[in-house]
Amino acid sequence: MSEIRLIINGIKVKANRGATVLEAAQAAGIYIPTLCADPDLEPYGSCRLCVVEIEGMRGLPTACTTPATDNMVVHTETPAVNEVRRTVIDLLIADHPMDCLTCRKNQQCELQKVAAYLGITERRFPRTNRSFPVDTTNPFFDLDRNYCILCAKCVRTCHEVTGVGAIDLAYRGYTAKVATFGDKPFMESICKSCGECVVRCPVAALVPKETRQPTREVLTTCPYCGVGCQMYLGIRDGEIISVRGDRDNQVNMGRLCVKGRFGATEFIHHPERLSSPLVRRNGEFAEVSWEEALDEVAARLRRYQPEEIAILSSAKCTNEENYLLQKLGRAVLGTHNIDHCARLCHSPSVAGLATTFGSGAMTNSIGDIKDAACIFAIGTNTTEAHPVIGFEMKKAVRRGTKLIVANPREIELVRHADIWLRQRPGSDVALLMGMCRVIVDEGLFDAAFIAERCENFDALKSSLQAFDLDFVSRITGVPQEQIVAAARLYATSRPAAIFYAMGITQHSHGTDNVIATANLAMLTGNVGKPGSGINPLRGQNNVQGACDMGALPNVYPGYQAVTSEAVKEKFEAGWGCSLPPTKPGLAVTDVFEAAYNGQIKAMYIMGENPILSEPQAKHAEEALRRLEFLVVQDIFLSETARLAHIVLPGVTFAEKDGTFTNTERRVQRVRRAIAPIGNAKPDWWIICQIGKKMGSQGFNFAGPSQIMDEIARLTPSYGGISYRRLEKGGLQWPCPTKEHPGTPILHTQAFTRGKGQFMPLEFKPSMELPDDEYPLLLTTGRSLFHFHTGTMSRKVKGLNVFRGEELVEINPQDAEALGIADGDTVKVVSRRGEVTAKARLTQASPVGVVFMTFHFAESPTNQLTNPALDPVARIPELKVCAVRVEKNGSSG
Amino acid sequence: MSEKGISTLGREGLILRLKEAQSKFGYVPQEVMAELAQSLEIPINEVYGVASFYSFLSTRPLGRNVIRICRSLPCYLKGAQTVIEAVEKELGIKPGETTPDGRFSFQLANCIGLCDQAPAMLINQDAHVELTPEKITQILRMYK
Repeated sequence: MSEIRLIINGIKVKANRGATVLEAAQAAGIYIPTLCADPDLEPYGSCRLCVVEIEGMRGLPTACTTPATDNMVVHTETPAVNEVRRTVIDLLIADHPMDCLTCRKNQQCELQKVAAYLGITERRFPRTNRSFPVDTTNPFFDLDRNYCILCAKCVRTCHEVTGVGAIDLAYRGYTAKVATFGDKPFMESICKSCGECVVRCPVAALVPKETRQPTREVLTTCPYCGVGCQMYLGIRDGEIISVRGDRDNQVNMGRLCVKGRFGATEFIHHPERLSSPLVRRNGEFAEVSWEEALDEVAARLRRYQPEEIAILSSAKCTNEENYLLQKLGRAVLGTHNIDHCARLCHSPSVAGLATTFGSGAMTNSIGDIKDAACIFAIGTNTTEAHPVIGFEMKKAVRRGTKLIVANPREIELVRHADIWLRQRPGSDVALLMGMCRVIVDEGLFDAAFIAERCENFDALKSSLQAFDLDFVSRITGVPQEQIVAAARLYATSRPAAIFYAMGITQHSHGTDNVIATANLAMLTGNVGKPGSGINPLRGQNNVQGACDMGALPNVYPGYQAVTSEAVKEKFEAGWGCSLPPTKPGLAVTDVFEAAYNGQIKAMYIMGENPILSEPQAKHAEEALRRLEFLVVQDIFLSETARLAHIVLPGVTFAEKDGTFTNTERRVQRVRRAIAPIGNAKPDWWIICQIGKKMGSQGFNFAGPSQIMDEIARLTPSYGGISYRRLEKGGLQWPCPTKEHPGTPILHTQAFTRGKGQFMPLEFKPSMELPDDEYPLLLTTGRSLFHFHTGTMSRKVKGLNVFRGEELVEINPQDAEALGIADGDTVKVVSRRGEVTAKARLTQASPVGVVFMTFHFAESPTNQLTNPALDPVARIPELKVCAVRVEKNGSSG
Repeated sequence: MSEKGISTLGREGLILRLKEAQSKFGYVPQEVMAELAQSLEIPINEVYGVASFYSFLSTRPLGRNVIRICRSLPCYLKGAQTVIEAVEKELGIKPGETTPDGRFSFQLANCIGLCDQAPAMLINQDAHVELTPEKITQILRMYK
């Protein structure tokens, strides 16, 4: 970007071409008062405070809307300018409550600052009165229009930053006000409660209910989804009282969602937090000392053979903790039976992308979204499950990026889409291969890229013969012309990026689905370039890291195969011990079967709640009950922890140091903000103690920084990562050396495996489809307001106000046939169980399909789901099973 | 707010469609605003913002006849206030209200472009000019 030079108040100033006068001044440290400008918003020019004089220009232009040009001469503090500013403030405070001392925004108020700067000491115009009722319906913030100065920052934020559009300026003149649709309370509007408007409100119109100011702040990583938003925890007297987004990072650039902003602190201080180790004595839990608990864990684990033990690690815990737990499993307990919930989310991404590209992670970065000419979002409800990435997508669409959404449900993104493909659940291979077929038939593929970078194209071409439009349209239920239009739009918009999540992976053919997305991307040359790629969105805060750290049965840290003798020797040398044979361990889905059959006798579960997250959950629960010894390490007495013999209280993200790796492979710091609650201990410390008590020398760490140094020594992709470097911000792996800047985009020159490999595919139907007895198809997903099995988010009162119970989303047509009205309690029955919840009638669910989340222990949806496995990735078919729905009380 | 893409196209058709709804239903029902937002691909709240901005569009049901008296300066100087009071007295309602029998809604409007014949009011599409309090009873009688 070229630079321009201008003179502001006699000072020579440099600015980027395209900057406004306001930006140029701010960059040079020259203050110009403003109440409506914001770096994230388009120039608006409404408050008229940033007026300046520019030589050669008539009148007093607003600095926020005037582009800076070369040799411009600007004066920001002339008498004329300040007279106008004072009048603006006079008018604003004419109807502004002047109760600064007791105002919730006191000393944080922009209006107060500007008035002080201009030296305003009295109200010159007679007081005019406004008296609006205060909207207090939102559990996290209030809207008090009596303070509003109508700068429209909130309205513009809701449109420009979040793409929600829940509020706008309504009415006119003196009666103008910020209003939701129909002027209803916030809670009856489409507001998602992200609080981005609250952050930007310059006065006390939109204010959080918690207004205490922290005495210090700690920068850390959000503990919810895989986006990895950077945020400051505000601490006062040992309590975390505030959260604010960090504007100076590339991941979220200050933005947060409702869970991160308002739901990341309450569970930390929740009274139900485990604060002491528990040991089951005569069927009851008894509080014991750490010494006693750890001794007993070590002694009892020692009794089992390696093949009798399994470990469930945690995508919620840090990299260091996952590394230590797999090390404990392999080096001390002698087993590769270690896995975690990635099995249930992105194991097909790892398997499918390893086959086609050579490595299974998001190829591009979140920051790339703005560079895409087309986004193809398939099987991802991005705005609910990865809200900040959803913001970014909607922002790109506002700026002209084309959006294709493929989803059976009418999700929020559909409203922003150019094309919506409403495929039947489970028909993605047909849809994607059908698009490939159109692209090949119409010659829209990137022949040069295929010739230079890929192999096996002929095999793909011949397998496409089976996917003619007639067939594809019949299987997917998508009209032929829509398939053609989507194929053309994706193929002709360069670069184009594919985003997907569980809608692609949680199938008995999940790996095929992933391969199909890879085929489509390679066919159009959309790999290895900014704004392109295959972007699997990881669900948990550190599911990428837990995989990277080798909390998987078939790989050591850095995806180094356990089947390799050389790798085994490398780790034996690195850890100074002998390691188990080169045969992969059991995947978690197989572990439960083995526990059920008595082959696995002892389990160590850290920070996971399989009783709610495993398919056919009743069976999983029975498997855990059959164990001779179950250790659960968690922050709450989860449904799973209740079955344990020993419960070890770990700590939340706010009470320990460590790192999480986000969905775009960025390793970021987690920093201790407060001391552990009660007698809980950091999870890394607990694992180290057990390792030491079992006689290992490899667990003498002073802290997580040292653990990361060991990880870096043994994990090539993390080779250059250290806490010292992470102080300057996150690093994206591969980062092999101390000098390496990290890798924002994978496969730029060559694929990890050399050439990208096209894979022929055939369409395989889901394992269990609706029939006469179970006529509806159940698909599962997430709500914006909760996370996973709800262990954390359901402890937050405000989030429960938004969504306090399971809702069975059903199409009104199906509901009518069953005599079900909105809000009726219904029973959902599958071959594996039955669950009771309220019905919500909605067109968002297609006819024949019902939708449920799995956040609510009272309605454990996964008792219904099908444990049929993908043969390669061992992921269960959580997205498709057959159910019937009965009005409660009737026998159906 | 500068915009590219779909939104700009949609927005151009908005006022026309809102006027159509106003003349068809006598006001702009929320269901209509929801449909407009969807078909024009603009946020529903923006539709509400526009609908509530213009005084000749109403977001609430109105009476069969809508009285709009000008409250701008020329009418004010020529005694609009006495006319307003006369209407209030005759109908027993204040500006912004509707008679219980649904016969009249009474609103104040900014300039209706009849300053030369001030004070002026509109009842539905009819202009009544050079008003005095005495004329009101007779005029209102014309509307059932």
